[in-house]
Amino acid sequence: MSIAHEFEYARPASLKEALGLLARPVQGGAVPLAGGTDLVAWLRDGAVSPGRLVDLKGLEELRGIRLKGGRLWIGANTPFAEIIESSLVRRHAPTLAEAAGMVASVGVRNRATVGGNICSAVPCCDSGPALLVHEAAIHVATRRGTKSIPAGKWFLGPRRTALAKGGIVLGMSLPLSRHAGAFAKLKRYRGEDLAQASVAVRVDARGVWRVAYGSVAPTPIRGPKVERLLRGEKKPSAALLKKAAVLAEAEVAPITDIRSSQAYRRLMVGVMLKRAVRLAVARAAGRGPAYGINILEEDAK
Amino acid sequence: MKEIAIRLNGEIRRVVVNPNETLLDVLRGKLGIKTPKEGCGRGDCGACTVLLDGKAVRSCLILAIETDGQSVVTLEGVGRKGPTALQKAFVKNNTFQCGFCAPGVILSASALLAGKPQPTEHEVREALAGNLCRCTGYEPIVETVLAVARKNGRKATIRRKRP
Repeated sequence: MSIAHEFEYARPASLKEALGLLARPVQGGAVPLAGGTDLVAWLRDGAVSPGRLVDLKGLEELRGIRLKGGRLWIGANTPFAEIIESSLVRRHAPTLAEAAGMVASVGVRNRATVGGNICSAVPCCDSGPALLVHEAAIHVATRRGTKSIPAGKWFLGPRRTALAKGGIVLGMSLPLSRHAGAFAKLKRYRGEDLAQASVAVRVDARGVWRVAYGSVAPTPIRGPKVERLLRGEKKPSAALLKKAAVLAEAEVAPITDIRSSQAYRRLMVGVMLKRAVRLAVARAAGRGPAYGINILEEDAK
Repeated sequence: MKEIAIRLNGEIRRVVVNPNETLLDVLRGKLGIKTPKEGCGRGDCGACTVLLDGKAVRSCLILAIETDGQSVVTLEGVGRKGPTALQKAFVKNNTFQCGFCAPGVILSASALLAGKPQPTEHEVREALAGNLCRCTGYEPIVETVLAVARKNGRKATIRRKRP
């Protein structure tokens, strides 16, 4: 079963050339290609039918992981496998590394990029909740120049983002701060699966919590009610966590689909929030399992 | 149509491709390479696994035209000077049944062992999580890779002991 739809392919060597190729009119429009693990599957399904693919893999501007201006910069073309291995990400954004480790399987992680993941913008995208709790900035280039968009304003709906037509994501930058976090992903089975639900949490030294959910709304979303309840609580009591779980169940809006029912998703968000918060508390105290586990799996205990 | 050149199993091969042909299409249909299989055609099953510049990837999700100038290794290119220790171990343990997943499993496990000669069981399971097998229940596959890992460990110990 091959791809029936025909299109042009271009691999520009410069950002300017890439923006020009995305802007130049073509029947069906031009779309950027990164790792292609979503796009090629969508082409095969006939879900998209662009007239031109603009391969961004040759662009220097989209490469690398480094500290820049007091922030952690991650180039859009970074595959998840490199995020997991990066000592900079593991040190400054370990929750993102933990989430990256749960993306599909090794063969996909070697190819799928973090920039592609946020541009595909499916509700279950694993990088979304982690970038939300980090309050990352998404840096984009258009023919008019570059600008940055807060992660909280990036996701507009399923497969819809704030990226202007013809724009290119250069990368994302995360503020640096002492914190601990955790990412929990619910799957139907071990190994690879799309998330039935996911929860990311982050707590700083003052007990300020940030919480985000995936797969339980049209986009990855923050959990402002739970964040307010937990504010200032470096070690929430069991009673408070129970309240937080109830609030979490109320602030998500899941649907029923092939991967699980609405009720199951809602219930599990509460369970996952409690476990993720406990894990983050333990990590903040220098205890608890190292990053790179899934708290929902037995191995993690 | 565009001519691309890839280093396929160590040899430079030139082939004319359409932008909408996947690497898997071109390997199987134009280059006579039949070990990568089309299972799901969407990156879930791992039957189409090949090594692209040494890394295990899904050839069904990569356009051939993207790989111009890169190195591709398929099972045909593994153990060209005789079966590798991993392949011998799979044969010895009679690990596979129908064999449809075997090329992908061998490539994924080879990539793992190349980077990490003594992986833990968790690492083996993680590396093979994207290679679905409907016959074995996975236990014999994981066991065999771990047996090779243990053997690598013994070799490393012997090397260390030598003056």
